[in-house]
Amino acid sequence: MLASLKRTLSDLKIFSRGYLRNKIGLFFSLVFPIILILLFGSIFSGSSGPIQVYVQNQDSPSPSPSGGFVTALNSTNVVRTVLVDNSTNFSQYLLSHSATAGVLIPKGFSASYILKKPVNVTIYTNPADTSSGIVVATVNEVVNAFNLNRTGSTPVIGTQSLPIASQSYKYIDFLVPGLIGFTVLTSPMFSLVNISSEYKKTKLFKQLSLTPLTKGEWLTSKIIWYTLLSIISYLLMTFVGITLFGAHVGITPLVLPFLVIGPLFFVSLGMLVGTLTKSVESAAVVGNLITFPMMFLSGTFFPVNTMPQYLQNVAHVLPLFYVIDGLNQVMIFNNTSQMLYDAAIVLAGAIIVFVLAVGLFKWRED
Amino acid sequence: MSAIEVSALQKSYGQLRAVDEISFSVNQGEVFSLLGPNGAGKTTTIEILEGIRQRDGGNVRVLGVDPWTSGYALHKKLGIIPQGFTFFPKAKPKEAIQYYADLFGVTVDSSEILRKVVLDDAVNTYFEDLSGGQKQKVGLALSLVNNPEMLFLDEPTTGLDPQARRAVWEVIRELKKEGRSIMLTTHYLEEAEVLADRVAIMNKGKIAAIGTPAEIIAQHGSGERLEFRGDQKLADYLREHTNLDVGLDGNNLVRVRIGEKHDILVALESMERSGLDWADLKTRKDSLEDVFIKLVGFAIEEGGGIKQIGNSGRGA
Repeated sequence: MLASLKRTLSDLKIFSRGYLRNKIGLFFSLVFPIILILLFGSIFSGSSGPIQVYVQNQDSPSPSPSGGFVTALNSTNVVRTVLVDNSTNFSQYLLSHSATAGVLIPKGFSASYILKKPVNVTIYTNPADTSSGIVVATVNEVVNAFNLNRTGSTPVIGTQSLPIASQSYKYIDFLVPGLIGFTVLTSPMFSLVNISSEYKKTKLFKQLSLTPLTKGEWLTSKIIWYTLLSIISYLLMTFVGITLFGAHVGITPLVLPFLVIGPLFFVSLGMLVGTLTKSVESAAVVGNLITFPMMFLSGTFFPVNTMPQYLQNVAHVLPLFYVIDGLNQVMIFNNTSQMLYDAAIVLAGAIIVFVLAVGLFKWRED
Repeated sequence: MSAIEVSALQKSYGQLRAVDEISFSVNQGEVFSLLGPNGAGKTTTIEILEGIRQRDGGNVRVLGVDPWTSGYALHKKLGIIPQGFTFFPKAKPKEAIQYYADLFGVTVDSSEILRKVVLDDAVNTYFEDLSGGQKQKVGLALSLVNNPEMLFLDEPTTGLDPQARRAVWEVIRELKKEGRSIMLTTHYLEEAEVLADRVAIMNKGKIAAIGTPAEIIAQHGSGERLEFRGDQKLADYLREHTNLDVGLDGNNLVRVRIGEKHDILVALESMERSGLDWADLKTRKDSLEDVFIKLVGFAIEEGGGIKQIGNSGRGA
């Protein structure tokens, strides 16, 4: 047992030295995720401000109900109006300015409002634009307020909005655990797929088989190394997320199961891919086919619940989904029972893949 | 006890019989060379002996045990350089030796081993930056870490320049002096001739000849001969006027077999009487390469491939 531990640590020592001397490996393991967090954090953390809406008021200018309508739109702080001259063809103007939304207040709007005669405000939207729904809802809200005011009524039912937890969540809160999951997946997968196919090709595995080192010891040393890398990555990304973007993520030892089981799973999976493929090139293709879809579908960059249902179903069979969900549970929601559920699923999968990897991987040839 | 005992060893890959019922033994302290072109079955044979490839049939004993089933019990007594030896690119030679020492659970003086393989000038160089010869020396160094009784060196000098090759030879000679048994595969005839006590020439999975280089040459060679430049007329004249065995190859090289010293005088007198032109007279004995070509029908190229030989004439 002691001899086995010594061999494992010796293999870990020479592998980690080689890894640290290879600047490309270090860059993709530790620096690249930091670049991603800086990039995505900067893009999504800033407020985009009110939506610009072009308005053509064909009615009499203010002071009048139509002028008040435009003022009311601006006072929502959701949209910011830009007035368009009445002599211009409004729909042509919207097209030529690549506008996403426009509101046309017809001539006689004020007179109709005073006389309580029906009158329509026209809303131009681009259905392909995600802000269209917001513009329509905002305009309808102002229309309802004007109607209530004109009939002298007051609203009976109102709404109140509160965050689910003690603070409201921001994109960066989900991005930090997502990118930790990204490191847990990509570093061991890409590395082990390459190493296992390359060592097979150069017969380095055959050489190692002539020493007392066992397959299990070799694989264990890789798992230890990628666990250490995952822990460093977790600390680095949490630090950057909190200090630069004010992320509300917790530093907790409860993340450790995922930083251990995750590398166990993906080191074994990488080894399995390298073992089952015939060449370094085909191993790289298969490795990419597994890694990239898993990276995008497991909630690395965007929460899974924003995806279509069928993609959510796919995500639920991916191991990385449970790693990232587990990290979310402990780092954001402090939900230990859900975290245990996620950890159990990843552990069960990791054991299966580890056993398969050790079993199918051959030191010697028949 | 022999270091290696092989009898009726067989190994096939699909329809291909890579090793076809070969038998041989290697004595303790001996350098034994398996010689043959690429695809002759050398590496398959040596990998079976190392215990990393399973045989289909026959019996094999290495240091008294079956290599396939004994595993580490045997490997701790062996030093092995596989064909195309490689190592972790970013490891330094000293770290490589320490790594192997840790794996074998032994204490070694890595500087001493590096001196032994003449690599003490590259202690701090990454493996990927070493020359081909230096990389092979790292392999030799690693094969010595566990102080092995027997060494398996599978084409240790393939691809090396002549200078690097000779440097590796020197290391092998030193290992031989220490009394270690060495199994060497090579496709360099000169290497086998210089290093090996005994040689087995392998071709198409079979052993074509076995013995010391001198024994093989004596058994399969054509003995001493007189060689000179001449033409068909001169060769015919000698055949007609003497009882000598005369041959002529496509390059107008006339060969006369010399059974007795007197045959030289007979040949020279006859050549003079013919009045025909001749030049570049010399006597020559068969080398291991000559015997190899005679036995397998082709020569070996630098990379281990087969080089077809042209018209070899008749006789002599």
